[in-house]
Amino acid sequence: MHIHKYEKWWLTLGVSSLVVFLIIVGISAFHYGSHPPSAKVYIDPERVDEIAPFNNPGVHKVEGKDWDYEVVFVASAFYYNPPEIEVPLGSTVKFIATTKDVVHGFQAAGTNINMMLEPGYVSEYVTTVDKAGEFLILCNEYCGVGHSTMTSMLKVVE
Amino acid sequence: MTTVTEKAKSFIQVDKRDGRLALAHIYVAFMALFIGGLCGLLQVLVRSGQFTLPWGITYYQILTVHGVLLGLILTTYFIFGFQIAAVSRTAGTLTDKQRLIGWIGFWTMTAGTVAASIMVLLNEASVLYTFYAPLQAHWIFYVGMALVVVGSWIGGIAQIMKYVEWRKANPGQPSPLITFMVVVNLAMWIICSLGVAVEVVFQLIPWSLGWVDKIDVLLSRTLFWYFGHPLVYFWLLPAYMVWYVVIPKIIGGKIFSDSLARLSFMLFLIFSIPVGFHHQLTEPGIDSFWKFLQVVLTMMVVIPSLLTAFSLFASFEIRGRELGAKGVFGWFKKLPWKDARFVVPFIGMAAFIPAGAGGIINASHQMNQIIHNTIWVTGHFHLTLATTVVLTFFGAAYWLIPHLTGRILTKQMNRLAIIQAIVWAIGMSIMSGAMHIVGLYGAPRRSDFSTYGGSEQATDWIPYQIAQAVGGTILFIGIILVLYIVAHLLWFAPKGETEFPIGEVSEHAEKTPMVLENWKIWLTICILLILFAYTIPVIDMIQNAPPGSKGYKLW
Repeated sequence: MHIHKYEKWWLTLGVSSLVVFLIIVGISAFHYGSHPPSAKVYIDPERVDEIAPFNNPGVHKVEGKDWDYEVVFVASAFYYNPPEIEVPLGSTVKFIATTKDVVHGFQAAGTNINMMLEPGYVSEYVTTVDKAGEFLILCNEYCGVGHSTMTSMLKVVE
Repeated sequence: MTTVTEKAKSFIQVDKRDGRLALAHIYVAFMALFIGGLCGLLQVLVRSGQFTLPWGITYYQILTVHGVLLGLILTTYFIFGFQIAAVSRTAGTLTDKQRLIGWIGFWTMTAGTVAASIMVLLNEASVLYTFYAPLQAHWIFYVGMALVVVGSWIGGIAQIMKYVEWRKANPGQPSPLITFMVVVNLAMWIICSLGVAVEVVFQLIPWSLGWVDKIDVLLSRTLFWYFGHPLVYFWLLPAYMVWYVVIPKIIGGKIFSDSLARLSFMLFLIFSIPVGFHHQLTEPGIDSFWKFLQVVLTMMVVIPSLLTAFSLFASFEIRGRELGAKGVFGWFKKLPWKDARFVVPFIGMAAFIPAGAGGIINASHQMNQIIHNTIWVTGHFHLTLATTVVLTFFGAAYWLIPHLTGRILTKQMNRLAIIQAIVWAIGMSIMSGAMHIVGLYGAPRRSDFSTYGGSEQATDWIPYQIAQAVGGTILFIGIILVLYIVAHLLWFAPKGETEFPIGEVSEHAEKTPMVLENWKIWLTICILLILFAYTIPVIDMIQNAPPGSKGYKLW
């Protein structure tokens, strides 16, 4: 099949940019470990309150791990428990969350913390909180009539 | 008496009986546009914080209507109306049997649409058009959705039968380009909608009827998105048919290359389906390796998109130069800027540049976290579907409807159609622009108006929500205008003959290699890629499935 000279140039330029782009995304993912939240931890959605760590939601200081704090959240229509949390600026935090009923979102507006919570699964994301301030945590997956009132607050303090 | 019959028409007329079938689909499409558009208007008004819905109607009810009618019904019906006419125009009049199958498909889809709509209106199915479990709608809603899909298969088969008949009658010949494209789109549609059919028939219906207590949520979402992304290409490919085949004829030029057009459609077929995980990037339970693999496959559609952009602008430039254009960009001025059939889809094409760029951001593995489920995404698909695709469909309606009704698009209507597209572009720039910006600040999609407990961040979002209401109101004016033009073309425009424009291939283009029409090869690649991308993660999902979920009705 004949392809016009200019089209060959156009495709070469386009496809090479694409390859460079995918290599950058791939290095960022596999070399620097910057993956989207993809935990593979399972839980019985009807017994969340009895199972650690969800029997004790809140901020927990941990030692000897790659992160300084574990923040445990339980979502249910139309609440997050705890309703607000405080972590020190510059600390590395592992967010651990699940849902007791339907699918919810877990997003701290103005940060990269954004993950889906699905019944039966634990969602996890590790990040360094490097901006001080109050960040609204909200449900960004439709969960019912109270969806837009479902909030918590992330306070990053100096 | 003699003039009409004896004067050989300069173009082929779609058979009246096929025209009626196509028009039936188009009627439903534009009714859906009106109701769905009205719901869109109500949504942006509610979200501005200045308006509340009367009579106990909820935001999520009208959001469900908006999504189902515009995302699923308007698109599928218009596409089928257009495709049936295109096949009949280029591969020949449907046989009585094919036409009957087409009508059975139409009525099956319509019965499903009515059933699902009633459940939504009764507030028994405020689950949005993605109907994510374990929110549980009334079983009739799911049966309605299943009928829409099954009806589309039946209607699709009628179109494919015509293609098969043509190939048998013309061995060794490449089929008419647009008929070929229709069949590629249908092949993709049937393969992808098997996923949602399995979800609805084997998971949602038995569960909503109470035959089983629990549902596997992640599997249902995976089946949905196996369907959900090719769905957007199912909307887009008919727009590409117009761009590749119809627009060159309208500008008085030729199709740049028949083979490259076919190649890009086959690439869409194989790269559209094994990509659903890029809608599930922030979900637990799926290994990030498989997410990344599907991200790479997703990005492969950049290649046929580049082919398409090149072919279109090559046709434009060649035509402009034929008309005596000078300089590097002189040809641009020579395009028919007063012809709505060109200008309206052209605005759609222009919108696809920012739309495509936004799409690359969305599907970029970890970058998705910044925008996932924010209203940025809504802004994105209001550029792709609600501008690029929809304006191309409007532009096509301006010749397709009068062709089928035996009327003409008058000068005044042509001018109004261009004004309509400009109104649309202005309204969408405001609405989609505001959505993109405030989405980056974290404002969520699919959410009722909320001050989020007086949060400072959420307070900053409100001016953008007011901008969305302004843009959305302008868009609704655009809908009124297009409905006025469509009503005129259906019932009031002067009688006359309108061409169904089909471009001819440039004499410089080479003979089309038949390998491009060898379905065994392309379908095999398509299925192998799907198996490659999905087999291991789906087995993992099923083997490691947590206890299932019971149904919830939380609206």
